Amino acid sequence: MARLLLASNIGSSAVRWRGNPPKEVDRRMKIVVCVKQVPDTWSEKKLDPATKTLDRASVDGVMNELDEYAVEEALKIAEATSGEVTVLSMGPEQSTETIRKALSMGADAGIHVLDDALAGSDAVATSLAIATVLGDRGVDLIIFGSESTDARMSVVPAMVAERLGLPQLTFANKVEAPGDGTVKIHRLPDYGYDVVEASTPAVISVVEKINEPRYPSFKGIMAAKKKPVETVTVADAGIESAAVGLGAAWSEVAEFAAAPPRAAGTIVTDEGDGGVKIADYLSEQKFI
Amino acid sequence: MAEILVLVEHVDGSVKKTALELLTLARSVGQPSAVFVGDGIDNAAATLAEYGAENIYVADAAELTGHVVAPKAELLAQLVAEKSPAAVLITSTAEGKEIAGRLAIKINSGVITDAVGISEDLVATQSIFGGSTIVHSKVTTGTPIITVRPNSAAPEAAPAAGNRADVTVALSEKATSAKIVDRVEQEKGARPELTEAAVVVSGGRGVGGAEGFEVIEKLADSLDAAVGASRAATDAGWYPHQYQVGQTGKTVSPQLYIANGISGAIQHRAGMQTSKTIVVVNKDPEAPIFELADYGVVGDLFAVVPQLSEEISKRKG
Ligand SMILES: Cc1cc2nc3c(=O)[nH]c(=O)nc-3n(C[C@H](O)[C@H](O)[C@H](O)COP(=O)(O)OP(=O)(O)OC[C@H]3O[C@@H](n4cnc5c(N)ncnc54)[C@H](O)[C@@H]3O)c2cc1C
Ligand SMILES: Nc1ncnc2c1ncn2[C@@H]1O[C@H](COP(=O)(O)O)[C@@H](O)[C@H]1O
Repeated sequence: MARLLLASNIGSSAVRWRGNPPKEVDRRMKIVVCVKQVPDTWSEKKLDPATKTLDRASVDGVMNELDEYAVEEALKIAEATSGEVTVLSMGPEQSTETIRKALSMGADAGIHVLDDALAGSDAVATSLAIATVLGDRGVDLIIFGSESTDARMSVVPAMVAERLGLPQLTFANKVEAPGDGTVKIHRLPDYGYDVVEASTPAVISVVEKINEPRYPSFKGIMAAKKKPVETVTVADAGIESAAVGLGAAWSEVAEFAAAPPRAAGTIVTDEGDGGVKIADYLSEQKFI
Repeated sequence: MAEILVLVEHVDGSVKKTALELLTLARSVGQPSAVFVGDGIDNAAATLAEYGAENIYVADAAELTGHVVAPKAELLAQLVAEKSPAAVLITSTAEGKEIAGRLAIKINSGVITDAVGISEDLVATQSIFGGSTIVHSKVTTGTPIITVRPNSAAPEAAPAAGNRADVTVALSEKATSAKIVDRVEQEKGARPELTEAAVVVSGGRGVGGAEGFEVIEKLADSLDAAVGASRAATDAGWYPHQYQVGQTGKTVSPQLYIANGISGAIQHRAGMQTSKTIVVVNKDPEAPIFELADYGVVGDLFAVVPQLSEEISKRKG
């Protein structure tokens, strides 16, 4: 199987140790799933006036809900191909919670990209860090969620594909990756879809509705505690610290303010003429 | 005047309203040039010129549209290198944002997504955290790449030369590695596209079931509106998933949003809060959605909505 760069010892060489392996064995997929810890969507988010970036300290963090679908899809592909799933998260100390959650769902190992130099990274810098850390690990598939619910940019997967020169199979609501070096998805399921094909290694992002993410079982939660999580710093990965973090951002927030409150509206109770009253309002506003 | 590249959204040369919005916005910061990818330029050229395209760069090689995203980013990178524009504007769709993201890496430029406005000095306005915070951002490195949400400007005609120039691009092998082997079209219906519609009529759990959405559709049709739904409604299978509005669905910013039987959870608001006018029908006077309402009726949607549809049809004659 073609691999991105064979730095790892797990891969096609594993086939030879086993003598005459059954077919599934040489289909083992090496998958990395990228997950982000984000403020709980129920919480009120604020910008920090000093850095003009998201104030992460004041809110509870959870795994980006849209990344749960990515973890589930990675686990499914790994199960079908006797593969392995590594979960990667870049973020502050608390992001270990999100990594542990993925491990308790069934991922095999974690990579925590953790460094103060990364604080305030924009999508450009985030994609640099992720691509650099993964560039030489011999990965078959890198799977992302479709969007982080805090940044809401939906660009990191495309940027990582660009940086690594890998095929981009994003916004998938169906993935077929049988482990034979090919991957096929249904992309952008709006009014139909595109069927997209490529060879591995490849970058995938998945939309919600592709699957039902599993809940961690008690056994999974216990097992997760013993699974290895590697911490990678900017220096470990060979990333120049000047290339990441708030100072390296290629765009900046000049100013921000609370949105002006909406003027209080008119609320009436229906007394049999509610529809007519709305029609009156819509006429007044020239919608009719 | 500085050249502004505008990537045109179109279907076989029928130009989408979003492209006219971008051309209109581009005129306030410089002189727009349209970038037209794919077939159908003969249908599109006159409209693009009418809305202010000084130049129209036409790239119709089949590989550009037969592969996912990367070829369009390569084309734009080539044009940026040749023309040194002051900015590149792209519509904020899922694909538009991906093109912008790849272009940013290619040309070492900053990117801003989901702008709802752009000022003369290329400062972009964004509405974040579900509309609760307004941000003004600037690209500080390279050629600003800005993706703009549909409905952020009203298209205004301003005829320009519309000089056509064919562009050939030598695509790299990497750009053509994800091949589109089939396109499966589904009946789209006659209603306008959700994210582009000037009016959106939405239903939530209060609609009670799939049949209940007939009432919502009828109101939508009386206003030439798109239909939206809350996640409670799409999760229940009452309405197709692609119509979900909110944090994990579509972001809409129409002139008019009518929410029926929707409570107004923070994740729903995240997708509709920047609507210009909001009308609410809900039987619970305490429903948080009323906080956003410009006009609200406390009542049963099955009484209020059909009456409203009827009244509109009557007035429209
Ligand atoms: C991570 C995450 C992401 C999410 N993303 C989204 C998203 O993208 N979009 C989204 O919408 N939600 C999203 N949600 C779900 C959200 O939290 C709410 O559960 C959902 O929006 C509720 O939908 P609803 O308002 O239709 O239902 P409910 O909250 O149940 O409200 C129904 C309303 O209908 C009213 N009603 C009932 N019957 C009638 C009647 N006959 N006439 C008039 N009014 C009536 C009731 O008074 C009530 O206010 C997300 C949640 C999470 C955790
Ligand atoms: N800091 C991060 N660490 C790991 N994965 C990330 C990070 N930021 C973004 N991602 C991934 O990229 C996807 C898209 O994020 P975004 O472009 O920010 O909307 C997310 O769903 C994640 O899978």
